[in-house]
Amino acid sequence: MKTVRVLIVDDHRLFRSGVRAELGPSIQVIGEAEDVESAVSAIAELEPDVVLLDVHMPGGGGQEVLRRVLGSGSQVRFLALSVSDAAEDVIGVIRGGARGYVTKTISGAELTDAIVRVSDGDAVFSPRLAGFVLDAFASTEAPPIDPELDSLTQREREVLRLIARGYAYKEIAKELFISVKTVETHVSSVLRKLQLSNRHELSRWATARRLV
Amino acid sequence: MLSEMSEMPNAVAAYPRMVRPVSGRVVAGVAQGAAAQLRLDPVVLRLAFVLLTVVDGLGLVAYAALWMFTPKEEVKGHEPAREWGQLAAYGVLWLTLGAFAWLTGASSGGFGTWPIAVGGIGALILWQQADPGRRQRWMSGAVKQVSTTWVRTGIGALLVVVGAIGFLAASGELAKARTGLVFTAVVVGGMLMIAAPWLASLVKELQRERTERIRQEERAEVAAHVHDSVLHTLTLIQRNAHDAREVARLARSQERELRNWLYQPKQDADATLAAAVRRVAAEEEDAHGVQIEVVCVGDCELSENLAALLHAARQAMVNACKYSGASVVSVYAEVEPDEVTVFVRDRGKGFVLDDVPDDRMGIRQSIIGRMERNGGSARVRTEPGDGTEVMLTMKRDT
Repeated sequence: MKTVRVLIVDDHRLFRSGVRAELGPSIQVIGEAEDVESAVSAIAELEPDVVLLDVHMPGGGGQEVLRRVLGSGSQVRFLALSVSDAAEDVIGVIRGGARGYVTKTISGAELTDAIVRVSDGDAVFSPRLAGFVLDAFASTEAPPIDPELDSLTQREREVLRLIARGYAYKEIAKELFISVKTVETHVSSVLRKLQLSNRHELSRWATARRLV
Repeated sequence: MLSEMSEMPNAVAAYPRMVRPVSGRVVAGVAQGAAAQLRLDPVVLRLAFVLLTVVDGLGLVAYAALWMFTPKEEVKGHEPAREWGQLAAYGVLWLTLGAFAWLTGASSGGFGTWPIAVGGIGALILWQQADPGRRQRWMSGAVKQVSTTWVRTGIGALLVVVGAIGFLAASGELAKARTGLVFTAVVVGGMLMIAAPWLASLVKELQRERTERIRQEERAEVAAHVHDSVLHTLTLIQRNAHDAREVARLARSQERELRNWLYQPKQDADATLAAAVRRVAAEEEDAHGVQIEVVCVGDCELSENLAALLHAARQAMVNACKYSGASVVSVYAEVEPDEVTVFVRDRGKGFVLDDVPDDRMGIRQSIIGRMERNGGSARVRTEPGDGTEVMLTMKRDT
């Protein structure tokens, strides 16, 4: 089994060392960064397989790292990791190019699993992110501009609903009588829609959920 | 942060306010105190008081007023004696000037002097009560106003001068006191003209201070919240450091509370379904020390049958926390146009549904029975070793 080379980007030293200790043997932490500047240069220098990216950081946060690294044509994969539950943060980093979003309460085993999944090019959705996506795509008053990108298929909706219910990919596959690979395809497809859909409702919805 | 805030009022109060010094006083130390505040030689003020006393006794009134409103400087031990020699000198000076004024008739200002006297003394007292920082702002504000609106100030000053000349001319003849009053009005008008922009800036300053105060109150509210919740919990965690389960429960409950405060829109806890599901989950999480992850999609008003759904969901959470042995319970609530569905799922040990005795109220009565009585349905999916999922569906009555 190949090891995944990971860079941890977080402004809390304590949290970085905590994550380092929790990750399984299939993960090799090759470096750490504590702000946008050091993250961008470390990614260019170390070329990790996966970057564990904190959303809130001094100097523009995770979204700024995404903008600068992916804007320069890099193929590095990002997994966002945050304490925030705010919809705008979650939707923001996903639309910024992260391939998944998990909250910091995730267990070490699940995080290891998520990193491996992201390194394989798949998407990782936490139950909460799945809930946000269902919510965002459900609140459609205006007809979609691009039907392919602006709405979810019945199957994708089912998969997301099961993720929101707390099912792992394997359990979803069993439930829907499909393969795990097919589940992954559905989730990746949802991720693509989430990133590419120019439906303005998506960002407007996230903004509307801000604290009043 | 808290200690810093509580020290702030003290820091302001620590600024020197005008006091009447005891050592070196001639009468009551008023002139000396005022001189220290204005950074002048006390002799200048003493002479000013003497001169003003000659004009209709104005100086006397001003002195008396400041005497009353200014606190005496606190001294430890024996109070030093008055400077009787100086007092005698000023007394002689006053007598001489008074006699001279009486002989020449220059002192009889008439009624016209009283408004000025009252206004002047009022201003003096205000000045003396204010803290130095504010005084400096007043002064710099006034200076800026004078330099920027010099035309208006010029006209005002001109009016004051004309009024003063007229006043002096009129005060010579007591019979024409009315003319004196007219000219007094002109003086007051002129002073108002000078003072108007300054007064306006004062009002603006007042508003600025008000917004500043509101901001500080908000800050204090945040500090109070952090203190009441986070700091309190941290103390509890330290005290319960030996009990891992209790520490986890405290941390989790605090995290949830803080999260709600930061990210959730402020809403009545029981007004909508999503809020109610979160509240119920929070309560059971606290009661049983098992983490409950809640995801809600959509939202709607609570109704009677949705309240029944909520009760059933609570019972399902209680069962999962108590009997499944799982460390995490997932709750998913979805509001669709025609129905509401709630899933309560754990990855615990599960059970065989048919083995549950009929007298066990939990599943049969509190969940399945309650849902059916209210026009909904409940489905329990479980297998030993494979966890349990309770699915509750209720039609929306619209």
